[in-house]
Amino acid sequence: MLRLRQRGVLPGFRLTLGCALLYLSLIVLIPLAAAFVKASELSPWQFWHDLTTPRALAAFRLSFGAAFLAALANLFFGLLVAWVLARYQFWGKRVMDALVDLPFALPTLVAGITLATLFAQNGWIGRWLAPLGIKVVYTQLGVFVALLFIGLPFVVRTVQPVLEDLDLELEEAAASLGANRRQTFRRVILPSVRPALLTGFALAFARGVGEYGSVIFISSNLPGKTEIVPLLIVTKLEQFDYAGATAIAVVMLLASFALLLLINLFQWRSSRYHARI
Amino acid sequence: MKTFLTLVLASSLVAAAGAKQIKLLNVSYDPTRELYQEYNAAFAKYWKAKTGDDVVISESHGGSGKQAQSVINGLEADVVTLALAYDIDAIAQRAKLLPADWQKRLPDNSTPYTSTIVFLVRKGNPKHIQDWDDLVKPGVSVVTPNPKTSGGARWTFLAAWAYALEKNNHDEARARDFAARLYKNVPVLDSGARGSTITFVQHEVGDVLLAWENEAHLARKEFGADKFEIVTPSLSILAEPPVAVVDKTARRHGNEIVAQAYLEYLYSEQGQEIAAKNFYRPRNEKIAARYAANFAQLKLVTVDGEFGGWQKAQRKFFGDDGIFDRIYQP
Amino acid sequence: MKSAATPNVVSGVRHRSPTAESPFVRWLLIGGALLFLGLFLVVPLLAVFAQAFAKGPGFYFKTLADPQSLSAIKLTLLTAGIAVPMNCVFGLAAAWAITKFTFPGRNILTTLMDLPFSVSPVIAGLVYVLVFGAQGWFGPWLNAHDLRIIYAVPGLVLATTFVTFPFVARELIPLMQAQGRADEEAARALGAGGWQTFWRVTLPAIKWGLLYGVILCNARAMGEFGAVSVVSNNTQGQNTVTLQIETLYKDFNLTGAFALATVLTFLALITIALKAWIERKETTLKL
Repeated sequence: MLRLRQRGVLPGFRLTLGCALLYLSLIVLIPLAAAFVKASELSPWQFWHDLTTPRALAAFRLSFGAAFLAALANLFFGLLVAWVLARYQFWGKRVMDALVDLPFALPTLVAGITLATLFAQNGWIGRWLAPLGIKVVYTQLGVFVALLFIGLPFVVRTVQPVLEDLDLELEEAAASLGANRRQTFRRVILPSVRPALLTGFALAFARGVGEYGSVIFISSNLPGKTEIVPLLIVTKLEQFDYAGATAIAVVMLLASFALLLLINLFQWRSSRYHARI
Repeated sequence: MKTFLTLVLASSLVAAAGAKQIKLLNVSYDPTRELYQEYNAAFAKYWKAKTGDDVVISESHGGSGKQAQSVINGLEADVVTLALAYDIDAIAQRAKLLPADWQKRLPDNSTPYTSTIVFLVRKGNPKHIQDWDDLVKPGVSVVTPNPKTSGGARWTFLAAWAYALEKNNHDEARARDFAARLYKNVPVLDSGARGSTITFVQHEVGDVLLAWENEAHLARKEFGADKFEIVTPSLSILAEPPVAVVDKTARRHGNEIVAQAYLEYLYSEQGQEIAAKNFYRPRNEKIAARYAANFAQLKLVTVDGEFGGWQKAQRKFFGDDGIFDRIYQP
Repeated sequence: MKSAATPNVVSGVRHRSPTAESPFVRWLLIGGALLFLGLFLVVPLLAVFAQAFAKGPGFYFKTLADPQSLSAIKLTLLTAGIAVPMNCVFGLAAAWAITKFTFPGRNILTTLMDLPFSVSPVIAGLVYVLVFGAQGWFGPWLNAHDLRIIYAVPGLVLATTFVTFPFVARELIPLMQAQGRADEEAARALGAGGWQTFWRVTLPAIKWGLLYGVILCNARAMGEFGAVSVVSNNTQGQNTVTLQIETLYKDFNLTGAFALATVLTFLALITIALKAWIERKETTLKL
């Protein structure tokens, strides 16, 4: 039996915790455990073999690489957008502020077919890029673009509240001590938003690694080149290779769990600000 | 817990209380949507006239491999009409829903219609593509789906292989080289036949699409015959998309008789005509003669004759570490 | 968002505040941000509608009135109508247990509850096939009792529930943590019952956060694609809206796909409008 601390006078501990644990187990934990059990049917050698085929390695590299780069780009764009929204007044600001959540609220499938259409060689944006020799659709760049879109709100929404609550007096003090604006930004502002930036980065990265709907329409799904891990899993399923699919899924699951622990660690550290995503 | 199917069935039973209403699920592959839409209406009419019962047929479409997988995992198909025998074999082997010799139960290897693989090129055929040899030339961009997931793509691979063998006095090493060069020219490998068609037609990628004959005709019909041309190679494969009753499921639904009749009607003149109208090659010679203009004459090899059947071909070419995995270098 | 105007909007003044950038830098930043947002958010939004109406309003409304579109909308409403309330009730229960009590493993529990957020939707679908598929753990039993989960509505509901699992709890836990338990304890001390305390004290304090979580959960539930596509039976008339959009897209009907996509796009716009409204409401309440 757990030895619990004095729980005060509030009721419902057993009931709510019991319900929560039961529900969590039924919906999430038991099904996820099935993946581990299925993967354990493979011999360790076979498991390792499935994970290290050139195709699987390429997919891992692309999923993690593109998600990393997109999250990195979102650090920059997200900080820019958050800064502008937090500090300046301009026409249309409210609409823009609300629109930042669009990639989150818009179904990934809709985002996928829309981006694929926009960036196609005859699309609204693609036709301007084509003469420059930039191909987005069906390339790794396309995967990056889709993940950039998906990840944007995560960085903006973690950083923006921090910027809004930042004490202006600190900046004034820095200025009065002779710091120019750039120094103030680097020495005062950036350190205060760093935890939020890291959280936003990790959220965008975690989401990007597993993303499926928005990517498969803009990518050419070429094994070894533009095939992301979730698609590799689907492909393996369609080839009746359940154990192989599950082996890859298990690795992805462990990665998600590690990422989440990391994110929660960031958030516990800077617990004043909670990402509203 | 009731399934959606039974819910629908229950509500429709209430609606048509008089005649018996039968609900049938046909699990099929991607490009047959248009075919079965027309055929289902025709069969429902035929069955009503014959027995007085109403039959409502639902269709499920997707990549052939994925569909077989769904049936194995419990999708309640009364009949399956898939792209290749291997996928129905898988249902027989893994889920044991029908006997292993299912293909002997209906005429013509259980394939009421056939098709083949042709080339769809852009208007005027700017790259002068006439035969398989032209596909491996440098600078030609070829769109075809992934043979690991798409039935049509497997037929395509085998057609190319058969051509290369014939051209090179059955030298396997040269055929392998030919296939490697062919897939080197493929910029996009979609997971299904339909995906490739969309890539070629809508996203304007590639110079040539290797497609089911019926899919190539359909693309011309949907997007304008003036935009695309069909090129028939000198040799291709006789693609046999088979059909089968899923015995155990049909029996449980009490649909054995109607499911059997549903497939047999495909062989009737009406069924054959609908297939021909949708650009599938009919088995019935009378109908075939009537629609001969749609189907170019070419040399067709069969998977049984050339490759020793699907089980063998699948293992040799498309299994893990099979020839496709070896020659394909992304 | 939280604070409206920061005091550095005084342009045209020669001696600008030491905490403001030069107008040039400011406009450069605003311009850059607007260009990025315009290109990445506004243009795609416009593109959805432009594509949807590419064949005129007649075709647009014909697509929406199609029986298959309607049955897809119905199924999506049904799926979200089950998944969202379930996640709402259990999110509340979990948040109550986690924030009002201390017990070992609390942080682990919170992390586990967040897990679906970062698990690929495809894996969410896959694990349900492993559990409920005919070859899976409960497959033979389900089959013997003629119960269908995978490739039927229950599978769609389960996959959707999995994917949207954390949204309500994630919103409530920090909120309830910040509020502590003093109010509830006071209510109890004054003789209020457990349910009474919850309804009269806790719920009013978290109602905006709860609503916030619910609309996000709902948006994701109605828009989920990857997870439901794995457990879907691809049968006409039994598709959710996202699956039906994919089907239309595959049927060479790009305009139709985008027409149906506008339904979900409107939903997204309503969601973000509601979200902005709630955020403003919360701010005014706090001030």
